[in-house]
Amino acid sequence: MLTNRSKQVVKREMSLAEKLYLPAIFSGMAITFKHMFKKPATVKYPEEKREMAPIYRGHHVLKRDNAGAERCTACGLCAVACPAEAITMDAAERKPGEESLYREEKYAAKYEINMLRCIFCGLCEEACPKEAIFLTDTIVNPEYARAGFIYGKDKLVERMDARIDVSKRQTADVAMFKMGESEAKHNQLYNPKGEQ
Amino acid sequence: MSYLKDKGIEVEYKEISNLNTLNLGPTHPATHGIFQNVLTMNGEIIEDSQQTIGYIHRAFEKIAERRPYNQITVLTDRMNYCSSPINNLGWHMTVEKLIGVDIPKRAQYLRVIIMELARISDHIICDSVIAVDTGALTGFTYLFQWRELIYEIYEELCGARLTTNLGRIGGLERDFTMTAWKKLDKFLKGFPAVLEEFENLVKRNRIFMDRTVKVGPISGERALEYGFTGPNLRAAGVDYDVRVALPYSSYEDFEFAIPVGENGDTYDRFMVRLEEMKESLRIIQQAKEGLPEGPFHADVPAFYLPPKEDVYNKMEALIYHFKIVMGETDVPSGTVYHSVEGGNGEVGFYLISDGGRSPYRLHLRRPCFIYYQAYPEMIKGSMLSDAILTLSSMNVIAGELDA
Ligand code: SF4
Ligand code: SF4
Repeated sequence: MLTNRSKQVVKREMSLAEKLYLPAIFSGMAITFKHMFKKPATVKYPEEKREMAPIYRGHHVLKRDNAGAERCTACGLCAVACPAEAITMDAAERKPGEESLYREEKYAAKYEINMLRCIFCGLCEEACPKEAIFLTDTIVNPEYARAGFIYGKDKLVERMDARIDVSKRQTADVAMFKMGESEAKHNQLYNPKGEQ
Repeated sequence: MSYLKDKGIEVEYKEISNLNTLNLGPTHPATHGIFQNVLTMNGEIIEDSQQTIGYIHRAFEKIAERRPYNQITVLTDRMNYCSSPINNLGWHMTVEKLIGVDIPKRAQYLRVIIMELARISDHIICDSVIAVDTGALTGFTYLFQWRELIYEIYEELCGARLTTNLGRIGGLERDFTMTAWKKLDKFLKGFPAVLEEFENLVKRNRIFMDRTVKVGPISGERALEYGFTGPNLRAAGVDYDVRVALPYSSYEDFEFAIPVGENGDTYDRFMVRLEEMKESLRIIQQAKEGLPEGPFHADVPAFYLPPKEDVYNKMEALIYHFKIVMGETDVPSGTVYHSVEGGNGEVGFYLISDGGRSPYRLHLRRPCFIYYQAYPEMIKGSMLSDAILTLSSMNVIAGELDA
């Protein structure tokens, strides 16, 4: 004995009642019978959906700020952080007049995530210094062909008419900080005089 | 054949062997994974067997040589995927040992809770699958509802259910949320009764006992020679447990027994795992009650990502953020071995660092690989259906076997 904590747990001698098959079978059937009257544990997917954790790691989204400009600045940190090498991007420089489209002077002209490579580890979300990429609690849709799993900006960038709330994934401080900043920027762009 | 004789041709007759070759696997539904066993059968009896490994070999040790330390966690997820948090945290502890970090007590206790939950989920799978392989499917469905709850707790902690990528070098990525505590309470309250019900279903059922007692036995001595660890060794009567022998993450603070068996057969392995779940519940309870206040991660700015608001406001935090993400922080050179009691045995990480951004060499000690070496010996002379039971009762996971 290596420790004084061991505890013998096996008893293999059977009592007479146990030697007869029947008592065990009846008690077993009683247990299963009881379960027939319990609430079913299954969820009737897809009509019914299980509640997901707010920090669930699913489908990615590239966020826009409150003014509708894309946050991503094509710094490439997410691609470096990705253990599956699923992210590729091409950077481009913002031209004058595109300030309402892109928040920073550099932006991602092409941004692709290969959902077949992605392992939904969430490291890209952690790496992003611009609060641009987030994972969400929706699941990636199935497709028939592989090509359909390479998600470009058309599928990744958030639509302004269907905004995605990621505030639960950010710490409260960051959410406040970002809120303040983008509000300020919005006001500066569209309401420089501070009119209500 | 008399016409041959008439022509004067001598024919030598050999005794016809009644041995058959049977391919069990590689994708046989009863083996619960990608294993190939080429069995030489004498009727229903296995005379000899030949195992093939490597069907899902993904070269993790080699990939790890090219990855920064924080990106290796996702590889460990995919070893024993029934209890990935243990692998994740074991890897983090290895790196912490290399760089010499003291983890705050609270983080250690939270890690213990997570690891014990993972152990329970691993044992739920193994025990209920043993029952399934003996023909009792019902118990499996009852226990799996509670494994589901454990996965929901993981989801609350890290955002994923199976391949968790949980924890970070230096601690945990976030503290337990209220929902996580609530779910944990629900689990602690409800699970013992379900476990007892499962026990009543199968533990003393004669059909189950006839199928498992003296099936696939291994003696303690032989098991040690092979290098067995974990529940499979304890079932053979050797009370070796890494949590007690080389305590890590404050396991010395907790009171728990080590269930041991006697013969190392399938029934013993089943019973040891059953009792271990109860001990794990005790540990979780103790950790929850004695949970100290404090931070949930250590203060290691060079390895633990700074909070995002600091990244936007402070130069230093921003630099660290970039350095960590790009894997450019300096790691001391050296050699460490760290092992944790995984769901299935001693999961060890042998890490050699030359100070670069990724390990110079990483060896993963995977218990399943060792169990599988003993498998031919354990099934020799037994029936085919017993071979299936032996495999599932050792809980050999293909992902861990092949890494
Ligand atoms: S979730 Fe992980 S694997 Fe997927 S794109 Fe992000 S970093 Fe890459
Ligand atoms: S998503 Fe974030 S990390 Fe990735 S390129 Fe854009 S700004 Fe950088």
